[in-house]
Order: sequence, then structure tokens, then C-alpha cells
Amino acid sequence: MTAYVIRRIWQMIPTIFGVILLIFLLFNWVGGDPAQVLAGKISNPDQIANIRRQLGVDQPYWYQLWVFVKQVFTFDFGRSWSTNEEVSHILLTRVGPTLTIMVPVLVIETSLAVLLAIGVAYVRGTLKDRSIMIVCTVAMSISFLVYIIVFQWLFGFILGWFPVQGWSESFWKNLGTYAPLPIMLAVFVGLAPELRLYRSFFLDEINQDYVRTARAKGVPEKRVMMKHVLRNAMIPILTNVAIYLPGVFVGSFLLEVFFSIPGLGREVVTAVNRSDFPVIKAVTVYLAVITMVINLLVDVMYKFVDPRVSFK
Amino acid sequence: MSAVLKNPPAARPQESPGLWMLAWRRLRQDRVGMVSLVIVVFFLLMMVASYTGLIAKDWSKERGVSYANPSFLAGAENLEAKAMAQKEAAKAPTVDLSDIDPLAPRYKEWAERAAKIAVTETKRSETLPFGGDKWGRDVLQKTIKGSEVSIFVGLTGALLAMFIGTVFGALAGYVGGRVNDFFEWFYNIFTSIPYILLILSFAAVATATGKFGKGIVPIVAILSLTGWTGIYRLMRAEYIKHVNREYVQAAKAIGASNLSRMFRHILPNVSHVALVQLSQNTVQFIKAEVILSFLGFGVPVDMVSWGTMLAEAQNELVIGKWWQLAAAGAAMAILVTAFSILTDSLRDALDPKLK
Repeated sequence: MTAYVIRRIWQMIPTIFGVILLIFLLFNWVGGDPAQVLAGKISNPDQIANIRRQLGVDQPYWYQLWVFVKQVFTFDFGRSWSTNEEVSHILLTRVGPTLTIMVPVLVIETSLAVLLAIGVAYVRGTLKDRSIMIVCTVAMSISFLVYIIVFQWLFGFILGWFPVQGWSESFWKNLGTYAPLPIMLAVFVGLAPELRLYRSFFLDEINQDYVRTARAKGVPEKRVMMKHVLRNAMIPILTNVAIYLPGVFVGSFLLEVFFSIPGLGREVVTAVNRSDFPVIKAVTVYLAVITMVINLLVDVMYKFVDPRVSFK
Repeated sequence: MSAVLKNPPAARPQESPGLWMLAWRRLRQDRVGMVSLVIVVFFLLMMVASYTGLIAKDWSKERGVSYANPSFLAGAENLEAKAMAQKEAAKAPTVDLSDIDPLAPRYKEWAERAAKIAVTETKRSETLPFGGDKWGRDVLQKTIKGSEVSIFVGLTGALLAMFIGTVFGALAGYVGGRVNDFFEWFYNIFTSIPYILLILSFAAVATATGKFGKGIVPIVAILSLTGWTGIYRLMRAEYIKHVNREYVQAAKAIGASNLSRMFRHILPNVSHVALVQLSQNTVQFIKAEVILSFLGFGVPVDMVSWGTMLAEAQNELVIGKWWQLAAAGAAMAILVTAFSILTDSLRDALDPKLK
């Protein structure tokens, strides 16, 4: 297994370099001279001259690329163009609020979706099953924006159950007061597509031979579902959770924008608005690396979930 | 004997129906799929009609009072319009300054001149079919125009993404070897960056530099440059599967060039995969456009799309004006539902094995 992990890490190197190259081409080559980008946004000419010197704009492109590579590996992206805050400090302080929202969302959503999906798969083909699927399809086609606008208005403004928006310094106050409404929204919106997907995973397993064998030897249907089907369906479910996992770090940027949660997602949106390139560059590169690492971890985890998997 | 000779030649064996004919027949059987198809076609026709100016031509005219009520709610109180009217009324009488105002002697002359220019003050109506927005524009017409922009962006973005993905996938799958390695590397780069960050990175550069063009060009470019990966993956797999099939070898034997084999022989046989992916991408891009426009990185401010309508609707809902939200939200939900169901039906019709 060690050999497998080492080979996978070795294979990551060209991809990481490619990501760096793509971001570099996009922001330094297509993006062009920061003096032009920042014209009208920063009035202090000294500051712009400083940024240009830092990026090596007057130097050839290979030198600029080298500057960027050094930035990535030393975790030093300099300062934000608009607030002058250190980029590394921005990233570290914004991750907390994002995780406060997204970790509960991931846990609640996945467990709810698995439970409901196994229930729906249990009554497959009935009217109940079909009507739930239709509701899911319709619910999926309404824009996330509409849900946020209506929920925020209904629960925050009209009913007053939750604050409309806000954030505090204390973790527990955030989790207890400000986070519930965004968490509820994200779970509600995410549930429909996941329920549909997980139901299809369960149905795939139900048609397998081993299920027929289990039934033939007289195992009760409930036990078949919970013991045999669930454990096998966990493999594609795990893959699906792994696909969503990197997104946990960006958070749902729409939720963060609407509820003014000072997380990474809102930071990126503000950065795009202000053309604050260092922040976007840093977030993008590091999240790409996190994504690759998570993918590797999940592949290793398969070994424990499914003993048939062997590392080649 | 002669009777036998006189017999007409046996009817030619009936031509066997092709892939598309069979798929169409299967789709016709699928009632839900057909209803979805009708809805999608209706939206597309509406888009064309709105583009050519047949309908919703004067969507930007301010025909009603501010936040005009929908016709079916004509009696509802409209505080905003009243406040506006009061403001207008309060403007007229001002304090008489004529004894100290140096321009006072010329006011009469100017007033006469102004009177010569005909100003047609249209009467603003109190109600509009589905209500009005802040400037008194008809929400119904606005929704039609917004649908045009949103669907157009989604569709052209998906078509371009399909083009990029197909060419890359064909090259990687057909040529193989180093070329395949290169495209796989390229694919890995794009997929290792979370989709939303990829889009926002492109949007940041597009809004900061304006190098992606004007109007709706940047958003179409952003969506297609970031959204080609799914179709690339599928097309590459199909090309790998087809490249050694007999009909391709036969084409090679009769001297068809590589390009001809790739796009004249193989492409028609795998295009159904592209079609399903196209309709899936369209839905995804319409959703993405709405969110980007809402955040202000999408269509420019002088245009209207579902996203810009929802952006206005957020503040309107608090003062009880729900119709813009309802109109844009419902139009989008109907189209997206129909498009998603149509995608599933198309997949079932084109690939009965999958079912």
C-alpha cells in the first residue's frame, strides 16, 4: 500500500504544476498588468509600483512564473490588493466560519439522505416511491437563489425564528444562533438530488445475486436492506461524498453572501468583485491541492470499506 | 411460365430504420418525455420570437406605476407608487426667489420654448398583467426577455463546450499515446479545481480586464471554457471503443484520411452521447448563469436575465412585492424540470441498453 500511495503522490506532481500553470496563464498572462487592472481601484501609485515589483511584471514570463511557484510553496502570497491584509491570514481566519456551516451540513445531509433513500428503496415501485421522486425532481429544478430568498424572508423576516443574518466571535453562539438557518437551507436543497442518487445506488444492489441468495435462505427483508444492501451501497455513496468534500472548504458561497458569514466563499466573491487577484489565486491553488489529497484518501479508504479492492 | 415472368419484382426489403429513427419512435412512446419536449420547444420558440422582436419588444418601457399591482390583485394597496406620486407632486411649487434670482427674467422665455417641444406624457397604468417592477416595467415581458437571455447563454455555452469537448475527446481517444496523455493531464488540471472556483477565477479575470469581450460574450466564454470536461471524458471513451471497429478499418482500407475517419465515420456513431450531454450541460449552464448574474459577474446591467431579476426580487420580497420572484423562479423551474426530464428520456431512447 505504501508503494501505491507514493506512486499516487508522484502522479500528483504534474497535475499540481499544471494547476499552477493554468492559474498563472489566466491571471498573469490574460489578466495582464496589475496597474491596468487596479486603475481606479487603488489611487496610491506607490502601492501599485510595489505590487508590480513584487510580481516582477517588468521581468520575462519565466521569472514571473518562478515568483508564483515560490509563493505557492512558501505559503506567502503577499498582501491583498484591496485590504492590504496578508493573504495567508485571510485564508486561515475565513476557514473557520465556513467549516462551522459546512461540516454540520455534510453530516446531516448525508445521514438523512442515506436513511431516506433506504426507506424509499424499500418501498420501490409503489405510489409513495414515485411521488417522492417527482417531488425531488421538481424541488431540484427551483434555483438555489429562490430557496435562499424565500427561506430568509419567511423564517428570518416574517416568523423571526432565526436572525436574518449575522455572525459573532463565539463559536457556540454562531452554531446555535446564526448557523441553523443556513444549515437547514443547505440540507433542504441538497437532499433532493442526493436522495435520488442514493436510491439508484440501493436499487442497483437490490438486483444483485447475493440479495436473492439472502432472501432465499430466509433472511427478513429489513435485515437484507440494513446488512447486505446498505454495506455494499456505501461504496458508491462514499465516492459521491468524496466528490462533495472539497466543496466543504469553499462553503456554499451563496449562503455566505446572503447571511453575511465571513467565510472563504464570501471572501472569494468579494475578491472577484474587487479584482483582488492574490486572494483568488491562493484559494484556487490550495483547494486544488486539497481536492487531490482528498481523492487519494478516499481511494485508500476503499480498501477498508471494500476488501475486494486491491492496490495495483 | 409467362405468368411468373410478369410478376412484379419482389418489393425491396424494407429499409431498416436508423439509430435516430428508432430513438424517435421510442421517445414517442414516452409520454412524459414528449410533454417535456413540447415545453422545451415552446421555450425555444419564445426565445426566437423574443429575439426577433415579435414579442416582449418594449419590455424596457416604463408603462406602469412603480411596483404596479398584478391585474388579479388590482385592489391591493401600493404604498411605493403613492410615495412616488407624492414626491412628484411636492416638487412643483417652490419658494419664490424671483427678486434675487439673476435668471428670473429669462424663465418665461425658456418656458415658452419648452412648450414648443411636444412631450407625450404617457399615462402610467395602475396595474399590469403580472405586476410591475420598481420602474414600472411589465414583469411578464421582462420574464420573456429574461428567458431569452438565460436560455441563449445556456444553449450557446453548452454548444461551445460540446465542440471543445468533442474535439479534445476525439483527438485523445483516436490518436492515443502522447496526445492522449496530454489531454488527460489537461483534464486532470481542470477537474482538480472545484468547479465554482474555476468559474469564479475566469470571471475575475473577465470582469477585471474586459478581454473576454462585451455583453453576454464573457459569460458564454466562461461557461464553455470551464464546462467541457464532462463531455470530453465521454467522447474519449467512445472513440477508444470505436477506433478499432470494423467499419473504421474498412474506411481506412478505402483510403479515408484520419480526419475523415474521426469526424465523418466515427462522430455520427457517437453523436447521441454528445446530444444527451448537451442537454445536461444546458440545464447546468442555465443554473450557473442565474447565479453568476445574480452576483453581478454574468450578463451586463443593461440586459435582463433570470439572475438579474432574482437579484432585484430579494429586496422586493421584503416590501411584499412577490411577483417578480414568482415569475422568474417559476419560468426557470418549469424549463429546468422539462429539460431534465427530456434529458432522461433522450438517454433512455438513444441507449435502450442503459434502461
